[in-house]
Amino acid sequence: MFESFDYSTLQHYWFAIDALLAAFLVFLLFVQGGQMLIYKIGKTEMEQSMIVNTIGRKWELTFTVLVTFGGAFFASFPLFYSTSFGGAYWVWMIILFSFILQAVSYEFRSKPNNFLGKKTYDTFLFINGLIATLFLGTAVATFFTGSPFHLNGMNHSFWDNSYRGLGLALNFTRYDTYINLSLGLAVFFLSRVLANMYFLNSIDDNNIGKRARISMMKNAIPFVFFFLFFLINVLLIKGYALNPTTKVISLESFKYWHNLVDMPIVFILLVLGVLMVLMSIARVYFKFDKCKERGIWLGGIGTILVVFSLVLMAGFNDTAFYPSYTNLQSSLTIYNSSSSEYTLVAMSYVSIMIPFVLAYVWYVWKSINNKKIDADEMNGGTHAY
Amino acid sequence: MEHFDLSLIDWSRAQFALTALYHWLFVPLTLGITFFLAITETIYVKTGKPEWKKITKFWMTLFGINFAIGVATGIILEFQFGTNWSNYSWFVGDIFGAPLAIEGIMAFFMESVFIAIMFFGWDKVSKGFHLTATWLTAIGSNLSALWILVANGWMQNPVGMVFNPEKARMEMHDFWAVLFNPNAINKFLHVIYSSYILAAIFVVGISAWYLLRKRDIVVAKKSILVASIFGLIFSILTITTGDESARQVAKSQPMKLAAMEGLYYGSTHAPLVAIGVMNGKPTMGEKPSTDFNMNLKFEIPNLLSILAFHQSDAFVPGVHDLVHGNKEQGIISYQEKIDRGNIARKVLVDYKAAKDIGDKETTKALLAKFNDKDWIANYFRYFGYSYFKDPHDIIPDISTTFYSFHLMVLAGGYILLVFIILLFLVYKNQLENRKWILWFTILAMPLAYLAQESGWIVAEMGRQPWVIQDLMPTMAAVSNINTASVQITFGLFFIVFAALLIAEIKIMITQIKLGPNKGGN
Ligand code: HDD
Ligand code: HEM
Ligand code: HEM
Repeated sequence: MFESFDYSTLQHYWFAIDALLAAFLVFLLFVQGGQMLIYKIGKTEMEQSMIVNTIGRKWELTFTVLVTFGGAFFASFPLFYSTSFGGAYWVWMIILFSFILQAVSYEFRSKPNNFLGKKTYDTFLFINGLIATLFLGTAVATFFTGSPFHLNGMNHSFWDNSYRGLGLALNFTRYDTYINLSLGLAVFFLSRVLANMYFLNSIDDNNIGKRARISMMKNAIPFVFFFLFFLINVLLIKGYALNPTTKVISLESFKYWHNLVDMPIVFILLVLGVLMVLMSIARVYFKFDKCKERGIWLGGIGTILVVFSLVLMAGFNDTAFYPSYTNLQSSLTIYNSSSSEYTLVAMSYVSIMIPFVLAYVWYVWKSINNKKIDADEMNGGTHAY
Repeated sequence: MEHFDLSLIDWSRAQFALTALYHWLFVPLTLGITFFLAITETIYVKTGKPEWKKITKFWMTLFGINFAIGVATGIILEFQFGTNWSNYSWFVGDIFGAPLAIEGIMAFFMESVFIAIMFFGWDKVSKGFHLTATWLTAIGSNLSALWILVANGWMQNPVGMVFNPEKARMEMHDFWAVLFNPNAINKFLHVIYSSYILAAIFVVGISAWYLLRKRDIVVAKKSILVASIFGLIFSILTITTGDESARQVAKSQPMKLAAMEGLYYGSTHAPLVAIGVMNGKPTMGEKPSTDFNMNLKFEIPNLLSILAFHQSDAFVPGVHDLVHGNKEQGIISYQEKIDRGNIARKVLVDYKAAKDIGDKETTKALLAKFNDKDWIANYFRYFGYSYFKDPHDIIPDISTTFYSFHLMVLAGGYILLVFIILLFLVYKNQLENRKWILWFTILAMPLAYLAQESGWIVAEMGRQPWVIQDLMPTMAAVSNINTASVQITFGLFFIVFAALLIAEIKIMITQIKLGPNKGGN
C-alpha cells in the first residue's frame, strides 16, 4: 500500500509523524513541570510523596516518547540527526545529562541507604524539569530561526561557531536569540501549568488542590506572554523558503505567515489548539469546582495541536525545517535530508503499529488512574517512590 | 585524503565504550529477570500460594532498582550516534535508523507501559491482567534487544544495502535481509541466552547468601530451584549459540577470529588455545618474530578448525595470512584491498567532479559502475580500505581480544558447572549443608558480569578499526567537534556513572539485607 505513494508524500507523512511525536513530548513534559513543583505544592512530607508518585507513574512515558522521537527522526531524516546532534553538541549533552539524573531519581529517592540522600534526588528532578523544558523549547525554536552550520559535498556537517549550540540561547547580540528563548520559556511555564492541572486531576487532597489552582494561574500568565511573543515574531520574520524547481533556498518575508495561509488546515489546528489551552486555563481557574479535573484533557489536547501545527508550519509548504543562517544552501528540507524511498516505505509499514501503541497506552493509563492517589495508598503496600 | 584527529577519535571511542559497557551492566539482568518474574508469578497465579507472590515481589523490587539505571544509560547511547558519530549517522542512517526507531515504537513502549502495571497494578487490576503485563514487560525488553542487535549485527556483517553515490551514503535495499542477517539472529540469541544466565546467577547467588546466613530459607530454596533449571538450560544454549557466533565471525570477520585465538599463522587442523598467556606485545612485520608465541599454552588439536568451519582439515587464516595474503588459500592481501579501495574511491571522486562541471557522459558512465555487480563485489566492497595507507593499521588489539574471549568462555564453563552441582544437591536435598558450593555460587556473580562485559569487548574491539566492517573505519565515523568537548563530557559521564553505581549497589545491598519479609515495594 505504501509503495504506491510517491517519495514526496512519504517524506511529508514521516515529517508529520515526527511532528506528532514532538507534540506528545511537549504535552508529556508536564512530568518535568511537576518535578519543579514538588516543594511548592507539597508542604508536608505526605503531600510531597503524593506528588512525586503521581508524576512518577508517568515519567517513563515521557522518557520513552523522547527516545522514540530520536529514533524516528534518525530513521526518517538522518541528515537532521547527524547535523543537529553532532553540531549543537552541548545543548543535547546537557539535556541528556538531565535525563540520566531524572531516570534514577524516582526509584532511588526514598530507598534506604541511597548514598546521596532524598534531597539530592529531588534536586536532580528539579534540574531535569528546568533543563528539559527550557532547552527543548529553545531547540525547537531554531526550526524557525536557524543554526550556524554547513555541509560538505559528502554531506558531512560542520558547526560554524565554537559554542556548540549554546550560542543559540546565549548570544544576545542576535535578535533571534530572544525568539529562541521565548519559546524555551513558554514551554517551561506551560509544563508547570499542565503539571498543576494534572495534580488536580489525579490527587485527592484539598490542600494540594488549592495550591495547584493558584500556581497554575501564576504560571499561565508568563506562559501566554512568552508564547505570544514567540508566535508573533515567527509570523513576522523572514523564513527559509525552498524554490521547488531550482532547489535554491532563499529568505522570504512573512514566510511562516504565508505557510499558514497556504495550509488552512494547519492554521485551523493552530488556532483551535491555542483556544483550547487558553480555555482550559480559564475554566480551571474560574469554574474550579466543576472543571478542575478535566482541565488536563482540554489543555493537553490543545498543547498537542499547537505543537503539531507549529512543526508542520516549519517544514511543509517548501520550507527548510532546519535552516542554516550561515550557509543558506546547507539548510535541511524534508526533501534533502530524508531517508531513501525504500526505507520510508518500510518504516511506514511499521507506523501502522502506532495506533495500537496509543490504544494500549491509553488503556493502561486508565486502569492505573481509575482511582485517585491519596494518603491511604501511600501508606499501603504498593510500590511507592 | 581527509585529515583525522587521532585524539578526538580515541576520546570518542573511550566515551562510547564507557557508556556502552556501563549500559551493559544493567541490561542483561533486565532481560533475564523479567522472564524469571513472569515464571514465578505464573506459578503464583496457578497455585494461589502466597509465598510465590512474595518471591515475585521481592525480586521485582531488585529489578526496579536495576531497571531505572539501565533506562537512564540507554538514552545516551542512542543520542551519542548523533552527537559523537555524526558522519556515521549520515552514512548509514538510512539502514541503521530503522531498527532503532522500530525498537522505540515496538519494544520500549511495551516495556515501559506494562511495567507500570507490574509495579503499581497489584491491587488495581485483575490477577490475569497483571500476569499478562509481567509477561509483556519481559517480551518488550527482549524485543528491544532484538532490534538493537539487528543494528549491531549489520555493522559486523553489512547486508541488504546499496551505495548511493549521489548522496554519498548507504541505502537499504532489502529490509528482510537486514532483519534476517544470520549474524544478527545468532547474536540476538547468544545475547539473550547469556543474559538469562546472568539473571539466574543473580538469583541463585543472593539466595545462596541467605542460605549461608540461615534466613529466608523458603524463598531462597524455591528461588534456587526455579533459577537453576532456567540457568542450566540457557547455559547450554549459550554455549551452542556462542559456537555459532564464532562460525559467523569466521565467515564475515576472519581477522576478529584470528585475534580471538591469537592465531598469527593460519593452518589446517588448527588447534584451539584453551588457556594461554601471551608473550609481550605482538608486533607485525614482513617477517614476524617469534614474539607472537604464547609463553604458556594449552591446546586442543583440530578444535579451532572444527569450531570455525565444522571440518578438522579446514584452513583457518591467521593474522599474517590476512595482512599479507595467502595465494594458496585465495586470500587477498590488505595492500591489494587498499589499492582496490582507492580505485573505488577515485571513481566516486571523479563522478562528483564530472557532475559538478555538468559532463553528462562521464557522469553516466561512472554512475553505471555503481550498478555493476562485479565492480561492487571486487572493488567497491573494499571502499573502506582506501582510508588506510599501512596494512598494519588494520589489525585490532590482539591481546585484549584474546584475553576477553578466553575469560568469557572459561566463565561460561564455570557457571555451567555451578548450575549442575546446584541442581544435583537440590535433588538430594543437601544444599544447606554444603557451604563450599554456596560460596562458589556467590563467586559466580561477578564472573557472570565479567563474561558479559568481555563478550562485548571481543565483539567491538575485535572488529577494530572498522565501525562497519570493510566499509567505514572508526576514524571516518566521528563528528567534527573539538576534542576538549569530548574530554569534558567523558569526565562528566565518569563522575555521574561512578556516583550512580555506588548508589545503586548500596541500595541493592540494603534491600537484599532487608530481605523478602521486610524489604520492599
Ligand atoms: C554470561 C555471558 C556469556 C557467556 C558465558 C558466553 N558468552 Fe559469548 N558473548 C556474550 C556473553 C557470554 C555477550 C556479552 O552477550 C556477547 C557480546 C556481543 C554479543 O553478540 O554477545 C558475546 C559474544 C561472543 C562472541 C563474539 C560475537 C561477535 O563478535 O559478533 C563469540 C564468538 C562468543 N560470544 C562465543 C562464546 C562461546 C564459544 C562461549 C562458550 C562458553 C560463550 N561465548 C559464553
Ligand atoms: C551494550 C552493549 C555494547 C557494548 C558493551 C559495546 C562496547 C563497545 C566498546 C567497548 C567499544 C569501543 C571499542 C573501541 O575501543 O574502539 C564500542 C564501540 C562502538 N560500538 Fe559498541 N558495544 C555495545 C553495543 C553496541 C551496539 C548495539 C551498537 C550499535 C547498535 C554499538 C556500536 C558501537 C559504535 C558506533 C562504536 C564506536 C566505534 C568504535 O570505536 O568501534 N555498540 N562498543
Ligand atoms: C549501543 C547501542 C544501544 C542503544 C543505542 C540503546 C538504547 C537504549 C535506550 C534509549 C534505552 C532506554 C529505553 C527506554 O526509554 O525505556 C535502553 C534501555 C534498554 N536497552 Fe539499550 N541500547 C543499546 C544497547 C543495548 C543492547 C545491546 C541491548 C540488548 C541486547 C539493549 C537492551 C536494552 C534493554 C533491555 C533496555 C531496558 C532497560 C534496562 O536496561 O534495564 N540495549 N537502551
